[in-house]
Amino acid sequence: MWTLLGVAVVVAGFALRFNPLLVVAAAALVTGAAAGLGPVEVLEAFGKAFNENRYVSAALLVLPVVGVVERAGLQERARTLIARFRGVSVGPFLIGYLGFRQITSALGLTSIAGQAQSIRPIVAPMAEGAVEARHGELSAETRQAVRAQAAATDNIGLFFGEDIFIAIGSILLMVGFLNANGVAMDPIHLSIWAIPTAIVAFLIHGLRLWLFDRKLRREAGR
Amino acid sequence: MIKLGAVYLLAGLVFAAFSILSATDRNNPKRFGNAAFWGLVALSFLAGDHLGDLGNGILVLGLALIAGFGWLGRGQPATTSPEERRALAERFGEKLFIPALTLPVVVIFGVLVLKPIVIGGQPLLDPKQVTLLSLALAAIVAVAVGLVLLRQPLISPLQEGRRLMDTVGWAALLPQMLAALGAVFALAGVGQVIGDLVTAWIPMDARLAAVAVYCLGMAGFTVIMGNAFAAFPVLTAGVGLPILIRQFGGDPAVVCAIGMLSGFCGTLMTPLAANFNLVPPALLELPDRYAVIKAQIPTALPLLIANLVLMYVFAF
Repeated sequence: MWTLLGVAVVVAGFALRFNPLLVVAAAALVTGAAAGLGPVEVLEAFGKAFNENRYVSAALLVLPVVGVVERAGLQERARTLIARFRGVSVGPFLIGYLGFRQITSALGLTSIAGQAQSIRPIVAPMAEGAVEARHGELSAETRQAVRAQAAATDNIGLFFGEDIFIAIGSILLMVGFLNANGVAMDPIHLSIWAIPTAIVAFLIHGLRLWLFDRKLRREAGR
Repeated sequence: MIKLGAVYLLAGLVFAAFSILSATDRNNPKRFGNAAFWGLVALSFLAGDHLGDLGNGILVLGLALIAGFGWLGRGQPATTSPEERRALAERFGEKLFIPALTLPVVVIFGVLVLKPIVIGGQPLLDPKQVTLLSLALAAIVAVAVGLVLLRQPLISPLQEGRRLMDTVGWAALLPQMLAALGAVFALAGVGQVIGDLVTAWIPMDARLAAVAVYCLGMAGFTVIMGNAFAAFPVLTAGVGLPILIRQFGGDPAVVCAIGMLSGFCGTLMTPLAANFNLVPPALLELPDRYAVIKAQIPTALPLLIANLVLMYVFAF
């Protein structure tokens, strides 16, 4: 039971909003100690795993080009471009992006979009621009809500699209697990059964985006 | 064969540049904190394989302490003002989208064209790492396109990259730290303990109860571990395989696929999935660290219930 102490550290640390890097380091030390490892052993295990997971941070390499195009005015351009299409409201715009992200992810193209390379420089400014074009200058809260919705839409589109692609990590994990337990499985069956959830995800989040749009309109009309 | 090492070398050099530029930024009162933090990241990318496990452990501890003591500030490299940007946007027009769209185009090129290339019996790109290698290549090509097409200063990719990097701050390293924590959890058998608790204490005589335990368990366990991949083997070994598939005769494809997607609903709700949920608020400069999670929960919960129903209807 003591092994769960590290989980408790994570939950408490995040809830109390301590710096997450410190919380994670503390949780690793506590978990290791509870499992009977010495401090040096835990530090070694943690360091080794950190080193092996460097690829997670390598995606930050897209930041320089994002910065360069921002310097040259991409966010401003994205904002005015969408404002020219007066018919495009934020709801349908983000619903369109959701569909695009789900379909491209289902084709295995998960890396062609993302929070750093598309949401910050293009999608979020366009979403803001679409609202501004109809309702004028945004309040700080509305602007933040629009940005958060744009980021959420990217995650939801990615998660409930990628599992339809047969060579994605999660499918390979499932096939490997089932094989190890004596169940032969063709990956295509796992991808097919990801489709119903993908459709429901599109409907639920699409409905929420439509409601979000309607709420913004009501607020502006007041 | 080009391997992941090439990407690490590039990342190491870029972070080393961020570190040096941070140290010389007199507008940032905490400039040496930033220089040390990005310098440690550079060291990890350039020399991580030669530091030894303990050395890497100390390096991680250093990163956590710099962040925890609040020694990270925000650099202020000279950049264009909002007015200048509006004028530039007017001048460049739709050309501005080209560098950003170069990224996906080169990634697709890498996956479709470069991946099958074999030179002297060896693949050109490490087949396991094609996406990341393509992304790194795309980052280089897109920077070159941006510099030439938009006539930006040569130093701007590094200075602007540093500006964004400082905007994200410590959150940028959190996904990697959490992945390392997951490894420590696995070593200590945390997953097994929780899995045993679930199976030992919750009655699953009825099919619906078992489906509910599996789907909700996948989501809840993912919230705690930050990753559906960590939850899947534990809960499928404890509930999915013995009870849903063997005892009730469920279709393994339906059970596993929808079980995993129930885990993804958990991913939408946990701060431990930092690259999806905590890095974006930093990137978008939102004051509420949990703003994106809050925007996702109202989608994640009904979708989780929908998964439960889908599994109950289609698996048996």
